[in-house]
Amino acid sequence: MVKKMEGNKIMLEANNIDVFYGDFQAIQGVSMKMKENSVTAFIGPSGCGKSTFLRVLNRMNDYVDGFSLKGEILIDGKKIYEKSVKVEELRKQVGMVFQKPNPFPKSIFDNVAYGLRIQGIKDKELIKERVETSLKQVALWDEVKDELKKSALALSGGQQQRVCIARTLAVEPSVILMDEPTSALDPISTSKIEKLIFELKKQYTIVIVTHNMQQAARISDETAFFYMGKLIEFDKTDKIFTNPSEEKTENYITGRFG
Amino acid sequence: MTQLEANLKALKEGTVEMITLAKMQLQKSKQAFLEKNQDLAEEIFITEKHLNNFELKIDRDCENIFALHNPVASDLRLVIAILKVISDIERIGDHAEGIAGYIAELDKKFEEELFEKLRFNEMFDLALQMLDMLEESFDKEDVSLARKIFKLDKSLNEIKRASPNVIEKYLFDNQDVTKQALFLFSAIRKLERVGDLCKNIAEQLIFYTEAKVVKHKKVK
Repeated sequence: MVKKMEGNKIMLEANNIDVFYGDFQAIQGVSMKMKENSVTAFIGPSGCGKSTFLRVLNRMNDYVDGFSLKGEILIDGKKIYEKSVKVEELRKQVGMVFQKPNPFPKSIFDNVAYGLRIQGIKDKELIKERVETSLKQVALWDEVKDELKKSALALSGGQQQRVCIARTLAVEPSVILMDEPTSALDPISTSKIEKLIFELKKQYTIVIVTHNMQQAARISDETAFFYMGKLIEFDKTDKIFTNPSEEKTENYITGRFG
Repeated sequence: MTQLEANLKALKEGTVEMITLAKMQLQKSKQAFLEKNQDLAEEIFITEKHLNNFELKIDRDCENIFALHNPVASDLRLVIAILKVISDIERIGDHAEGIAGYIAELDKKFEEELFEKLRFNEMFDLALQMLDMLEESFDKEDVSLARKIFKLDKSLNEIKRASPNVIEKYLFDNQDVTKQALFLFSAIRKLERVGDLCKNIAEQLIFYTEAKVVKHKKVK
């Protein structure tokens, strides 16, 4: 069941997406529209295609052996699988945060500045300003402002994940994809990231894959339930968690699956 | 069965048991009223305390399920519905007790003729029938049976609406039963409230099973 959501402008649009890894079809006929300044959560059991679909949204699968895709993805109205689109340009627009914090073995400052530097930005003042703003956005500035030269690897897991989010924000993307960003974190760090997501959606469009259904319920505006490569149900999060339309969704979220 | 499923099952069974207990209270209340049986009335007062405790226990169980299991979808709706339903059932018990309480106030049995004219027995029977239907519809999650309750509630309301005129006419010729008529009218109002509460409970069952909020909508 695919529903069109009212309200904000559509930022991400997937039309009839099929994804194959060789002969294996990982995604079947998925169409959905995700709105600007909202959080969309993808839920579903392992292997249901939610992470594959998330990665399709910034062409992360392009170099995976045997990967092929049918259908089209539009970000802000632009087809991202067109030959004319440069992946590096796309990555500027679409940031990604992964399950395990993956800071580079560099200083906190250099981590956050990394994206800007590879974009060729040389203006030191501008870089300094963006690093500060990004670290403030992830509420890490006060904790690290006096030790920006310290290795990011010396930080706690929760702080490292926030550095990674700051690194994503520094290049000013419009969309942030998050693949289970808190699954390796303790409840306090998780809560900080969730607060951050709530703040960030004012400026960004966020798509998050999570195995924690309560997290999806807490932080997302809309929830998509995937099962065996298909989008089973996509609706407002409160609807999904109080009165889902599909029996499969109901069985999954109430833990009566299989 | 998961822990949550076991807890929800127990919750539902407890609620059906509460409905049965409330129905028995109303049955006894009818008998006590007709026979002016003070002993039976005393029994109702004692059982009423059980019903109150029952409500508190289920209330606590609901709270635990919220805190420990984070129920969602139909599980969530069931716990919300039961939380509302148990307070309605407890109120039905209060009304049964209230009606039984009038017996002690009277020095003689009620006038049969006034009973007939007010359709008093019929009211009692309708309310009991509604509770019967609720018991079954909750037990079997039978929404179509729950919907039939709305019609019976309308019949109760009609009987109640007619009662002031009936009493006025009767008292014109029989002024010595004024006090009795007042008590009867109070009992009629309580029975009418029992009908409303049964209707609320039926609405909650529909909400739980179909997620439709039927409250405050006119049933045609």
